[in-house]
Amino acid sequence: MIAYIIRRLLYAIPILIGVNLLTFALFFFVNSPDDMARVHLGGKRVTPEAIEKWKEDRGYNKPLLYNAAGDSGAKLTDTIFFKHSLRLFALEFGRSDNGRNIGYDIRQRMWPSLAIALPIFIVGILVHITFAMLLAFFRGSYLDTAGVVLCVVMMSVSALFYVIGGQYLVSMLLRLVPVSGYDVGMDAVKFLALPVLVGVVSGIGASTRLYRTLFLEEIGKDYVRTARAKGLSELRVLFRHVLKNAMIPIPTGVVVVIPLLFTGSLIMESFFGIPGLGSYTIDAINSQDFAIVRAMVFLGSVLYILGLILTDITYTLVDPRVRLS
Amino acid sequence: MKCPGATRTVLLTVLILFSAAAAASWNNPYPAADAEKNILYSAFRERPKTFDPARAYSSNEYQFIAQIYEPPFQYHYLKRPYTLVPLTATTVPVPVYLDKQGHRLPRNAPVARIAYSVYEIHIRPGIYFQPHPAFARDAAGKLLYHALGPGDLTTINAIGDFTQTGTREVTAADYVYEIKRLAHPKLHSPIQSLMNDYIVGLREYADTLKKAYDAIAGGREEGVYLDLAQYPLAGVEEVDRYTYRVKIKGKYPQFLYWMAMPFFAPMAPEADHFFSQPGMAEKNLTLDWYPVGSGAYMLTINNPNRQMVLERNPNYHEELYPAEGEPGDAPAGLLADTGKRLPFIDKVVFSLEKESIPYWNKFLQGYYDRSAVLAESFDQAIRFTGEGDTEVSDAMKQKGIQLLTSVQTSTYYLGFNMLDPLVGGYTERARKLRQAISVAIDFEEQISIFDNGRGIAAQGPLAPGIFGFREGRAGVNPYVYDWVDGKPQRKSVEYARRLLAEAGYPGGVDPATGRPLMINFETPATGPERKAQLDWMRKQLQKLDIQLVIRATDYNRFQEKMRKGDAQLYDWGWNADYPDPENFLFLLYGPNKKVGHDGENASNYDNPEFNRLFERMKNMDNTSERQAIIDQMVDIARRDAPWVWGVHPKQFILQHDWLFNTKPGQMANNTLKYTRLDPKKRAAQRAAWNRPVIWPLAVALAVFVAGAVPAVVSYRRRESGRRR
Repeated sequence: MIAYIIRRLLYAIPILIGVNLLTFALFFFVNSPDDMARVHLGGKRVTPEAIEKWKEDRGYNKPLLYNAAGDSGAKLTDTIFFKHSLRLFALEFGRSDNGRNIGYDIRQRMWPSLAIALPIFIVGILVHITFAMLLAFFRGSYLDTAGVVLCVVMMSVSALFYVIGGQYLVSMLLRLVPVSGYDVGMDAVKFLALPVLVGVVSGIGASTRLYRTLFLEEIGKDYVRTARAKGLSELRVLFRHVLKNAMIPIPTGVVVVIPLLFTGSLIMESFFGIPGLGSYTIDAINSQDFAIVRAMVFLGSVLYILGLILTDITYTLVDPRVRLS
Repeated sequence: MKCPGATRTVLLTVLILFSAAAAASWNNPYPAADAEKNILYSAFRERPKTFDPARAYSSNEYQFIAQIYEPPFQYHYLKRPYTLVPLTATTVPVPVYLDKQGHRLPRNAPVARIAYSVYEIHIRPGIYFQPHPAFARDAAGKLLYHALGPGDLTTINAIGDFTQTGTREVTAADYVYEIKRLAHPKLHSPIQSLMNDYIVGLREYADTLKKAYDAIAGGREEGVYLDLAQYPLAGVEEVDRYTYRVKIKGKYPQFLYWMAMPFFAPMAPEADHFFSQPGMAEKNLTLDWYPVGSGAYMLTINNPNRQMVLERNPNYHEELYPAEGEPGDAPAGLLADTGKRLPFIDKVVFSLEKESIPYWNKFLQGYYDRSAVLAESFDQAIRFTGEGDTEVSDAMKQKGIQLLTSVQTSTYYLGFNMLDPLVGGYTERARKLRQAISVAIDFEEQISIFDNGRGIAAQGPLAPGIFGFREGRAGVNPYVYDWVDGKPQRKSVEYARRLLAEAGYPGGVDPATGRPLMINFETPATGPERKAQLDWMRKQLQKLDIQLVIRATDYNRFQEKMRKGDAQLYDWGWNADYPDPENFLFLLYGPNKKVGHDGENASNYDNPEFNRLFERMKNMDNTSERQAIIDQMVDIARRDAPWVWGVHPKQFILQHDWLFNTKPGQMANNTLKYTRLDPKKRAAQRAAWNRPVIWPLAVALAVFVAGAVPAVVSYRRRESGRRR
């Protein structure tokens, strides 16, 4: 397995270079360094000299990918791409275009993101699987039909509706928790309760339907019939046998997102005032801060690749028939 | 009757919950212990880029640093028109004019003879910087934190982690130091290029500093300190401990307004040196994020990702609440605190609130003290009276919420590109075309439909509150409006059609092509929320049978088109830097054209007569002669119509009745120190408005149980059926 993991990590290098190159190209196709300078220097009284100085200070006065005027190696190394993007492989995120240490900001902001994403993830899985089990248990009944209809309705509603509706109902009408905000330690609980509730409820529709389908697929199999024939109760059949086997496809969708929990959720963090990483990238795009954009895209890619590797490893844990080679 | 243990526990829990609910507000986002403290709660929407006074230039930065840094002058809080008064200076100086040989000229000397103006500023003794580790000294008087080694910052992550602080008196040298910082090669001050044209020697000084910096840095990117005291600047001189002189080229009365901005606040070289040490920037410990000032407040918590906290500066010098204002100020209670020492509030907590809906909800709950009126909550908050005035709705009145309004010193306009062969130029044909379009675009309707009445239709380039702006009939644009029944009335569409026909486009048809006129409209307004407004714009020109082609694009591309002059009609706006007509009229000054000059005149308007008058007017004092010249300039611009004079927006502020001394203003940013609040009243109101409602939870639980019972019964029935 170790050889497999090493191989997958090595595969990741060209993928990350490609992602870097794509991010770079997309960003600079839309924004020239002059545009970036104008945004950073403000809307008023921006002179061409000030723009040139800003670019020079940050190394954006060099050619993008190929420096025809440079000496042999410098043709590639004395470029914006090389100077700004390749250091990421050493996890050196550098400074944002307005001077802040990106690594420091990421370290500060990933914890609030995790504080909201992790409970949503764990509670969400438990609640969604439980609901799906219930529907599978009452399959074919009115309860099942009503549950599926409710799931379809819930998955058709926009996430924003859950957020605004949740804030209105729980914070404005019932006045049980603050509308938004964040704190550290135990004081964070009152701020996180509502976003976690909203996160879990908003995911019920789609996840419950998916898990229900997986469970129903398993329920029809021979080993389930055998378990029932042995005289096991339906609950035991579902939780001891069906759930275990239905777990095999579940990691595909679940484990891969674990590393991405760090990167947060844009809508939740924006509306609930959670100072996480979710809004960090969007803010950077809006302020045309390429340094943050490239760092966050790189980090997201690394975490996604890690998630995929973790998924593969999880397969071997939940299904002994799977071997990584 | 016996009460079983489980039931007792449930009842007890419910009882505790209800008593707790009665006692406290669960939705309070702040610590309960702060409920009755003298703290103002506000918010910020996006992270400020910098707090460095040499660099900061946007309103979300000034919201903070104007409370921290103190330039020598400030705007009188209550007087209108805006008036400069001393802040740390003893008086607002009268400049001394010199000719080329350095001879003193009389006050009324012709502008052409004035080669230099010298401002001598005397600052008040006894002003001290806020407590800060940059000033901390050991027993021997040596600065404690100015020779930090590699390991000294291991446990330091924020400025509060330094255990020792100190202070020192603000001197003239600190003001001189900050002016020199405008030319620092690494700071990119947004006003450097402008000041290069005025402050004697600043342009050359920037070159000197660049060379010096490169020599000291030797390729290093961090940990480089350039001691500006070693490099004299010709135009700025420290006269004595409390006096400094600034020599500028020519006559430039607006220079005093610039000196009321944080660009000219004192900067302690110790602070600059402290933050320049190696390892500081790694931890985001820089002057960009940790301001060091002498103002009423100091930034004690700086977490731009979550919360910023300003606290009363314990070293703040004596400053008293003003004793005079406008006629309506005393009845409005704005003079009730006259003579009291500032600031009134101990602490201001700014929380990151990216979305407007949570902000509004928290304002209604009493957790924010002030709010703007959001478009989506406008009908909930504001209603129009029979006379067309605005007031708060009954729901807001019940909460004691007050509405304060003021017209902003801003203008939003539609501009014609004067270089364009169709809509540009100075022929009568082109003028009439532009005037016809100006009449057809009904900005009163736009204000009513899209701005909920929050604005007034502009009559020219000058915003209300600026010298030169005329009220009433004298201020009406006669090319677009008639004066009817004591108020301006937009001319009819028929009149506009006649103008269009006189311009050579009868029925909106271009005789050269035989097809309807087509005009391209460049706008950075993208997104679905602006579509309705753009459709409305199209309809305005359809009144004249002119086809408007909307070319919405992102702001970068929009600016690029403007720079290249690749536009016919566009929309843009301007917020005044200072309350002087020059700051608006320069937007139409020829040599300030966007094309070829990269100036702010995006219409590329270049009328020689207007330019000549502008050059005369810009350096004049506010006299009747200046007013007469401005009237001429405005009339020329109205006739040429390079802009469709758009809207001066109105600011609507809502505040709770526990807040006092709020006077909306557009120029002064250091206004927190005047605000007073009644924390006891606020605490009582918050408690009354935010009692938790628990019974729906009990109902939800009951519904859940009621739903679970048939499920359990069904399960049992199934199981027993299977067994049989």
